[in-house]
Amino acid sequence: MKLHEHQAKEIFARYGIPVPEGKVAFTLKEAKQIAEELGEFPLVVKAQIHCGGRGKAGGVKIVKDMDELEKAVESLLGKVLKTFQCPDGKPVNRVLIEKATPIDKEYYLAITLDRSRSKPVIMVSSAGGMEIEEIVKENPEAITIEPIDPELGLMPYQARELAFSLGLPLKDFVSIALSLYRVYTELDASLVEINPLVLTKEGKLVALDAKLEIDDNALFRQKELEEMEDESQIPPLEAEAKKYGLNYIKLNGNIGCMVNGAGLAMATMDIIKLAGGEPANFLDVGGGANVEQIANAFRILMADPDVKAVFINIFGGILRVDRLAQGLIEASKMVELKVPVVVRLEGTNVEEGMRLLKESGLNFITAEDMWDGAKKAVELANKQA
Amino acid sequence: MAILVNKDTKVVVQGITGKEGSFHAKQCKEYGTKIVAGVTPGKGGMEVEGIPVFNTVREAVEETGANCSLIFVPAPFAPDAIVEALDNGIELVVCITEGIPVKDMMLVKDYMVKNYPNAKLIGPNCPGVITPGEAKVGIMPGHIFKRGKIGIVSRSGTLTYEAAYQLTKRGLGQSTAVGIGGDPVHGLTHRDVIELFNKDPETEAILMIGEIGGTEEEEAAEYIEKEVDKPVFAYIAGITAPPGKRMGHAGAIITGGKGTAKAKMEALEKAGAYVIENPAKIGETVERILKALELEEEERTYDAE
Repeated sequence: MKLHEHQAKEIFARYGIPVPEGKVAFTLKEAKQIAEELGEFPLVVKAQIHCGGRGKAGGVKIVKDMDELEKAVESLLGKVLKTFQCPDGKPVNRVLIEKATPIDKEYYLAITLDRSRSKPVIMVSSAGGMEIEEIVKENPEAITIEPIDPELGLMPYQARELAFSLGLPLKDFVSIALSLYRVYTELDASLVEINPLVLTKEGKLVALDAKLEIDDNALFRQKELEEMEDESQIPPLEAEAKKYGLNYIKLNGNIGCMVNGAGLAMATMDIIKLAGGEPANFLDVGGGANVEQIANAFRILMADPDVKAVFINIFGGILRVDRLAQGLIEASKMVELKVPVVVRLEGTNVEEGMRLLKESGLNFITAEDMWDGAKKAVELANKQA
Repeated sequence: MAILVNKDTKVVVQGITGKEGSFHAKQCKEYGTKIVAGVTPGKGGMEVEGIPVFNTVREAVEETGANCSLIFVPAPFAPDAIVEALDNGIELVVCITEGIPVKDMMLVKDYMVKNYPNAKLIGPNCPGVITPGEAKVGIMPGHIFKRGKIGIVSRSGTLTYEAAYQLTKRGLGQSTAVGIGGDPVHGLTHRDVIELFNKDPETEAILMIGEIGGTEEEEAAEYIEKEVDKPVFAYIAGITAPPGKRMGHAGAIITGGKGTAKAKMEALEKAGAYVIENPAKIGETVERILKALELEEEERTYDAE
């Protein structure tokens, strides 16, 4: 789960990490009030969205007076901001108003899991302000990565070594790094990132930006954070799917997919591409999908106007294929089938399942295997388009 | 031979009185697995499907000699269950549970590496392990597997079934199939399981099913290049997955430009593995290449004579 920058900064501040003075505004009135409270210009207006690349997309504006502030807030609030990372854009429903920080140098600081070590790592770089992907690509040796013992946590000596290597103010940096590790571990974060961490002209370290992502599996014990989620940042169909325990991700193609199991769902997307088509989504109904879930999955697929054909690919294991077929038949009675539906079923009791589908009188197109199904779905989608 | 489990493996099911636990304990038992005990704290003395239930793993091990644990305990309590199994001398822990926080698994794995370097953990968030005809320690449908010479290792459940089914339909049996799970921190890795298959005389070929995220497939490729002479087949799911999106499994995500299907396929190809692009043609490809390799082998023997 992602949090907004302003939420991350509030949390960082609670842990003693210096952040610029500021506050979040949901309306122009609030924004002006905050500006008055801060009592000085220039100020920075930052669009709060769950997406990187805001700066280049015009989502961060420096304002010199109330007039400029008003213009900046109005140009952002209620709008959809498109960035290179989110070409479809994200709605801006809040802006962060902050005092401007005089920057001397920019650094990168983050803590995340290193999967190959099964341990957290702290990463620092003097190439702050750039996306970490860019740093990795262009200048990998500019990043120092230090593994952290999960039992001991980040040791002060490790933070000291990093401070010396970057020539940063020792006490301040060690304090920030240790606090950041506390945020990481106490809040079950999957990523804590300060990019840039700036050295101000007065020689102070400040977290100019803040990113905080929480491990979804730990939300059961991070209730306070779970409540902070801004659902407007999740595409509507994805948010709805989540309610029914379905895993749905919208993609750019026109063939809707419905599959049981994440691995098979990815393989199904891939095979559609191999057959010359483009998947409209990733949809995993889970290993133990029931009739209600299948009906909801169906409805979500049909609600996507881009979908020109549907490919259902189910491997029935413990859950028998005949019962899945019954589920599909009942589900399709509840949902209007606007586009052709190709069904490939395999596994336990497959013959009975196929018989049920054929006798249902519903207009399902059956497929022999994954490849046959993918080819049929692509062909039908092309006809519809 | 096969690897990890066989007809002598004695399994204790932790969380046996739950819905999943009791259902799958029964399925495993019917398959022929020696399910010797169950554990649910507070339910000691009960029986589930004729299996005695104990309050603690300690009692279960003392009374039945269990040496393998199959865990269905809900996520918030599963880390405790894994450590309980390890502390009582269980050598192989198979954790089916989905949704365990990463931090907990990091600590459990760290504890395991430091204290029980010889113990093995499969999962969490996995279908388990099966040696066809001998033992099923997991939730996979047993009848789609058939005893044979191909070792399967996979991060995904239903995709493993798909692959095994394609092999079985063509008469290609499996020595053992291992689902290592889709979480970012887990026990045995692709590389670990491939090493076990490499040393297993019954396994003559290896099928590895990977997916986007992390670098485990690349690490396996390094090992394959150096150590493995048996034919290795590989399929990687997620070539069409967009970066930054979690594709169902917590571990299936491309971040920081790392973990793409393309990079994994290239690494495996370079290591000499046969990379299969079409997931519907896994069985077909394995059959075709194994036949060709057999012919080559025969010709070589013929020439030598």
